[in-house]
Amino acid sequence: MSNIYLYALLGVGLFILGIYSLIVYANLLRKILAINVMCTGVFLVLVSLASRNHNVQPDTVPHAMVITGIVVAVSATALALILMLKINKAIGKSEFPDKDCE
Amino acid sequence: MDTRPWLLLPLLLVLGVVLSYAVLSIPDPAQELPTMLTDNMTISGAHNPVSAVLLNFRGYDTLLEMGVLLAALLGVWSLDEMPIYRGSAPDQILDIMSRQLIPVFILVAGYLVWAGADAPGGAFQAGALLGAAGVLLRLCGWRVNNRYSGLPLRVLLVLGLAMFVMVGTGALLIGSEFLRYPPTVASELMLIIESAATLSIGATLAALFLGGRPKGEE
Amino acid sequence: MELILGQIPWIVMPIIFPLIGSMACFLFPAKAKSLGLLTSLVVLACVTRLGWQLKALGSLRYPMGGWGAPLGIDLYADGLSLLMLLMAALVGLGISIYSSSYFSRDKARHFWPLWLFLCGALNALFLSADIFNLYVTLELLGLTAVALVALAGGADALIAAMRYLLVSLLGSLFYLLGVALIYHSVGSLDIAILAQRVEPSPAMWTAVGLISTGLLLKTALFPMHFWLPPAHASAPAPVSALMSALVVKASFYILLRMWLEFFQTQGAAFANFLGLLGAAAVLWGGIQALRQTQLKLLIAYSTVSQLGYLFLAFPLGTSIAWKGALYMLFSHAMAKAAMFMAAGNIQFFAGHDRIAELGSITQRLPLTLTAFALAGISLMGLPPSGGFIGKWLLLQASIESGQWWWGIILLLGGFLAAGYVFKVIAHVFTHDEPTSRTVTLPATMEWSALGLALIAVLLGLFTYWPLAMLEMGSPFGTGHSG
Repeated sequence: MSNIYLYALLGVGLFILGIYSLIVYANLLRKILAINVMCTGVFLVLVSLASRNHNVQPDTVPHAMVITGIVVAVSATALALILMLKINKAIGKSEFPDKDCE
Repeated sequence: MDTRPWLLLPLLLVLGVVLSYAVLSIPDPAQELPTMLTDNMTISGAHNPVSAVLLNFRGYDTLLEMGVLLAALLGVWSLDEMPIYRGSAPDQILDIMSRQLIPVFILVAGYLVWAGADAPGGAFQAGALLGAAGVLLRLCGWRVNNRYSGLPLRVLLVLGLAMFVMVGTGALLIGSEFLRYPPTVASELMLIIESAATLSIGATLAALFLGGRPKGEE
Repeated sequence: MELILGQIPWIVMPIIFPLIGSMACFLFPAKAKSLGLLTSLVVLACVTRLGWQLKALGSLRYPMGGWGAPLGIDLYADGLSLLMLLMAALVGLGISIYSSSYFSRDKARHFWPLWLFLCGALNALFLSADIFNLYVTLELLGLTAVALVALAGGADALIAAMRYLLVSLLGSLFYLLGVALIYHSVGSLDIAILAQRVEPSPAMWTAVGLISTGLLLKTALFPMHFWLPPAHASAPAPVSALMSALVVKASFYILLRMWLEFFQTQGAAFANFLGLLGAAAVLWGGIQALRQTQLKLLIAYSTVSQLGYLFLAFPLGTSIAWKGALYMLFSHAMAKAAMFMAAGNIQFFAGHDRIAELGSITQRLPLTLTAFALAGISLMGLPPSGGFIGKWLLLQASIESGQWWWGIILLLGGFLAAGYVFKVIAHVFTHDEPTSRTVTLPATMEWSALGLALIAVLLGLFTYWPLAMLEMGSPFGTGHSG
C-alpha cells in the first residue's frame, strides 16, 4: 500500500524537478531533458496509482495511456532535438538568444 | 545565461506540497471500468488487457498517436535534409556483430508483435526494437538505396496510420461504427494493424534518428 | 439518396478526411496542392452536413469502435462543437486557397501534409468527449503547429518555434497530470460521466488547477502570452493566420467545455480571477499592439488582446455572456485570419512589414487594404460586424448581472483596437508616391483575405443562424444565471 504512494510521490518530485530545470537552465538540451523528466514523473503517477487496490488486478487503462504518452513524448523530443540542432546551426549556440529564457 | 528567480523555489515548494497532498488524499477509485474491461476481454480479440485497451477499446487514441508520430516525422523532414554522417568506417567487430544482431532484432520484434495478443508486448515495443536495428545499421555505415528512399519509404512510413484508417473506414462501409472490429475477425484485424504499425514505428523511429529527409527529395 | 446520406456518420468525416488527405499529400507531393484544396472543400461539406444532422437532433454522441464510454472513446457534437468546426472549416478553406499561391514549390510539399494533419487534429479535438483523447489531439495539434511555424526557416522563426514547442509541451504535461488525478479519483475519462460523478476533493481542485494552468498557457492568456507574439509573427503568413485564428482557440475550447461540464462547481473566485486576467490581457495586448513598429507583431499582440475578451464571460457565466464570447471568438477567427493574410500580401509585395514605410505600398493594393480595414472594423467592434454583436452581448450580460465594470473593459479595448488599426490604415491617406515595384500578387491571395474579412462583417448582419446554432443541444445548460 504505502510503497505505491511512494512511487506516486516520486513522480510528483520528478515533475517539480523538471519544471525547475526547465526554467533555470538556459541550454536547450537541458530544457528538452527537463521536459522528458517531467513526462516520466507524470507517467509514474499514472501507473503507480493504478494498483492501489490490492484485491483486484491493476487497472490497465492508465498503462495504455502511458504507452500512448511515451510515443507522444518520443515524437516531441525528436522534433525538439532537430529544432535545437537547426538553432545551433543558425545562431551558433543552443540557447535562446536574449535573456528572456522562458 | 542560467537564471535563478528567487521566487521560483518557494513557488515550486508550494506546488510540490499541493501535488503530494492531492496524490495522497486521492479518493478510492470506482472499480467499474476495470470490471467492464475484464467482462469484455473475451470479445475484444486480445487476451492481454493492455493490448485490448490500446488496439480495441481505445483504438482511436492509438490511431491518433500513429498520427503524432508521423506528424513529428513530417516536421523533422520539413526542417532539414539528412546530415552527412561523418563516422569512420566501422571496425571489424562492430561490422560482424551488427550482421549477427540485426536478424535477431527482427526476429524478436516479430515475436513481440505475435506475443502482444496474450502477454506484455505489442507494436510499440516491437517497433522500438526495429527502430534500434535501423539506428545500429546506420551507425555501421549502411544507408538506404536511393531507389527506395522515395515513394517506397514513404509508403512504409504511413503504413501504420493508413492501415488503421482503412480498417476503421472498412467498418463504416459494412454499416457499423468507425473502428468497430467484427468479433469473429477481431484478433486477425488487430494483428494486421499491429504488424503494419510495427513496421511504420520502426521506420519512423529510425528516420527520426537520421534527422532529416533523404537527399535529392526536392 | 437522402436515406443513404442520412445513415452516414458525418461526425467522423471531418476527422478521417484530413488524415487521408495528409497521407495522400505525403505520398504524392507533386499533387499536394490540389489534394489539399480538395480536402478543405470536402471538410467544409462534411461539417455542413453534420450541422444539418444536428439541426434535427440537437446533439450527437458517437461511440468510436462501437464500445461507448466509459470503456471506449465517444465523440460528441452539439452547437458549441459545430460552431468551432465551422470556424475551422471556413478559415481552413480560406487558408488553403491563400496557401495555394503563397508557398514556393519546395515549401509547399512540406506545408500541405502538416496543415492537413493540423486540420484533422483540430476537428478531432472539437469532437472529442474524452479527456485523455483530448490530450492526444492537443499534442498532434501542438507538434504540427510548431513544425509549421518553423517552416519560415529563419533564425527568428526557429527560436520562436522552439519556445512555442517547450511551452506547448509544458502545458500538455500540466494537463496530463490533471487528467491522471481526475481519472484516479473518479475512474472515468468521459466528460459526460465525469460531469455526473465529480465531487469536490483536494485532488479534484488540484486537477482543475493543473488543467486550467496548462490550457491557459496554451491559450496565451496574459501573463502567459510571452511566447505568442514571436511565434505568430515570425511564421509564414498563412501559418500566422491559422495559429491566431484557430490553434489558440482549441485549448480555449477544451477549457470552456470542461468549465461548462464540471469545473463550474469549483468556485466563483476562480471565475473572477480568469475575468481579471482577461481584462488585463485586453488592455496589455492593446497597449503593446500600439507600440509595435512591425505589422505582423502588431497583429499578434492584437490576438493577445482579443483572447482576453473571451475570458470576460467566465465571471458573468450567463448564457448570453457565453454566446457573446463565442460570437467574438468566431468573428475574431475570420477577422484575424484575414488580417494576417493581408499582412502577408503586403510583405509579399513590399518585402518587409515596417508600418512606417507602408504609405507607398498600400495604395497599390486596394483589395488587401479593404480586407484589412473590414477585419479592423470587426476587431474594434464597430457595427455592423461580428465583433460588434459579440461585444454587445457581453455588455448586455454584464449589465444584466450587475457587473458593469467588465463593460468598461469592453469599451477600453475597443478604443485601443481603433488606435492600432488606424495606425496602419492611416498610411492609405498619406501623399507618398506609390511605389514602382512590379511584383504581381496572385489574385487568390487577395480575394481569400477579402472573403474572410467579409464573413467577419456579415456576421454582424446575419445573427440568426450563428445564435441558433449555439442553442443546439443547449451546451450552456438552462439555468446558470449570474
